[in-house]
Amino acid sequence: MSDLNKLTIAEARDALKKGDVTSVELTEACIGAIDAAGALNAFVHKTPDIALERAKAADARLKSGEEAPAMCGIPVGIKDLFCTQGVESQAASGILEGFKPEYESTVSQNLIDAGAVMLGKLNMDEFAMGSSNETSVYGNAVNPWKVDDRQLTPGGSSGGSASAVAADLCLAATGTDTGGSIRQPAALTGITGIKPTYGRCSRWGIIAFASSLDQAGPMTKNVRDAAIMLEAMCSHDPKDSTSADIPVPNFEAMLTGDIKGKVIGIPKEYRMDGMPEEVEKLWADGTAMLKDAGARIIDISLPHTKYALPAYYVIAPAEASSNLARYDGVRYGHRASLAKGEGIVDMYEKTRAEGFGHEVQRRVMVGTYVLSAGFYDAYYNRARRVRALIKRDFDEAFDQGVDAILTPATPGPAFGLGEMSEADPVEMYLQDVFTVTVNLAGLPGISVPAGLDKQGLPLGLQLIGRPWEEGDLLNVAYALEGAAGFVSKPEKWW
Amino acid sequence: MSIDKDTARKVAHLARIRVEDDALPALADEFNTILGFIEELNEVNVDGIEPMTSVTPQRLKRREDVVTEGDQADKILRNAPDAREGFFAVPKVVE
Repeated sequence: MSDLNKLTIAEARDALKKGDVTSVELTEACIGAIDAAGALNAFVHKTPDIALERAKAADARLKSGEEAPAMCGIPVGIKDLFCTQGVESQAASGILEGFKPEYESTVSQNLIDAGAVMLGKLNMDEFAMGSSNETSVYGNAVNPWKVDDRQLTPGGSSGGSASAVAADLCLAATGTDTGGSIRQPAALTGITGIKPTYGRCSRWGIIAFASSLDQAGPMTKNVRDAAIMLEAMCSHDPKDSTSADIPVPNFEAMLTGDIKGKVIGIPKEYRMDGMPEEVEKLWADGTAMLKDAGARIIDISLPHTKYALPAYYVIAPAEASSNLARYDGVRYGHRASLAKGEGIVDMYEKTRAEGFGHEVQRRVMVGTYVLSAGFYDAYYNRARRVRALIKRDFDEAFDQGVDAILTPATPGPAFGLGEMSEADPVEMYLQDVFTVTVNLAGLPGISVPAGLDKQGLPLGLQLIGRPWEEGDLLNVAYALEGAAGFVSKPEKWW
Repeated sequence: MSIDKDTARKVAHLARIRVEDDALPALADEFNTILGFIEELNEVNVDGIEPMTSVTPQRLKRREDVVTEGDQADKILRNAPDAREGFFAVPKVVE
């Protein structure tokens, strides 16, 4: 078999089980692809020795006759936000320079237990704060899709994960999603990404950004792979008090493609002023595809949609300012050198000024402000009230019998790296306008590649599901994927 | 609500981030852009709505108050920029 790195998880799993290929062969193909893709800057810490060691162990397990899990022997990339034992885990920040955790995050441990092979750590926006992978201490990750001389963003914050999967450097990757950080980069690179219900994946060992919003999820080449990998990542974990103690179903078994009688809601508030015609058309086409597949389409209203981004930009920075207080130069990472006579407060202030990038500093300070005496009620509590209303909008839609909600995934296709550098920060925040509601309401959401724009860049559609019903959601996505028939791949230039 | 240079300085200090004086006006401008955006929330009627504390209704689990993973001071100190004799070391704090 040639081009083993181009296989999907399902194809590789079947080939491994039949003995047509070994995990070592798959892993070597990916290592070769990674070494040839420096221009994408997707893998920022490569771990070929760990990968080959785990691949050999996976091959032994596959040969042993035991029923190996589906992920056994599958080479994957891990976002730099996940703590991986003995391997740099920096959240793409200078403040965690040289940090090598003594422990493994629950999600990456679940993948290890399932026999998956870690190829290395993937680029991202610093502390997952960004929508273009331009805030990383490692430099920009680059989108493998290209239509002219410009280098395009793979989206963010899981930009390295998206770039690596789209360019076939790995079979799949982990991502995390606080406001759209799995779904937006997936859409911009023509791959699939699912953020499960809040509580499905343990947050333990994932470097925290905004704890009430953060969720891990898989970024994969198709919906079937998303189902397979999501199941391996999910678990109840006593080390995360918000982890759900409910059984994880076999998501792949729920992919029947039959969505007859399913009710799909189309929220009118997602039709934004100035939405590009192509995005509007893609959305209408997706709606027609689900209807043709037997779903019932109804118009719904989610009246507080327009307040989701402002609420998010109170709640997420507030939580971040609290979570990131731990980076003080005492326990790990960077510590500033001090001049004679400088004390501990100077140490904190200089360490954090040197270690945090500009966007992280800005968000920590905005969070500090909205939580400060006199403003807590006006900003933070008000935002939490609006969040309750946003969730109520979704609850009411689901009470009407809606099974899933179809929306665009992003306001447009990938843009050029550097193109937003002069824009004010709020313009970049608008990248998440369709995805952020889902985090605020704790719901599962999936981005499915659905077409190309007129330049030839991928566009995605988002499906939002009922809480804990990722299996149903994946099945609707599977039907949409089948109808959309998106098979384009970026042409190799790197 | 508009943030001036002095407020920006105060917020930077509360956040324990050193911001040089000449960078404060630009920082205040950025805060004002973001706060202008956030102030759209004032249009929403939130009367009688409780602030959300947990997105999924669930009771926090309880467990026995016992040490589960203790006795690993070495591991905890291994990433410290300055660790001595089993402690994190910092500049002198006693005035």
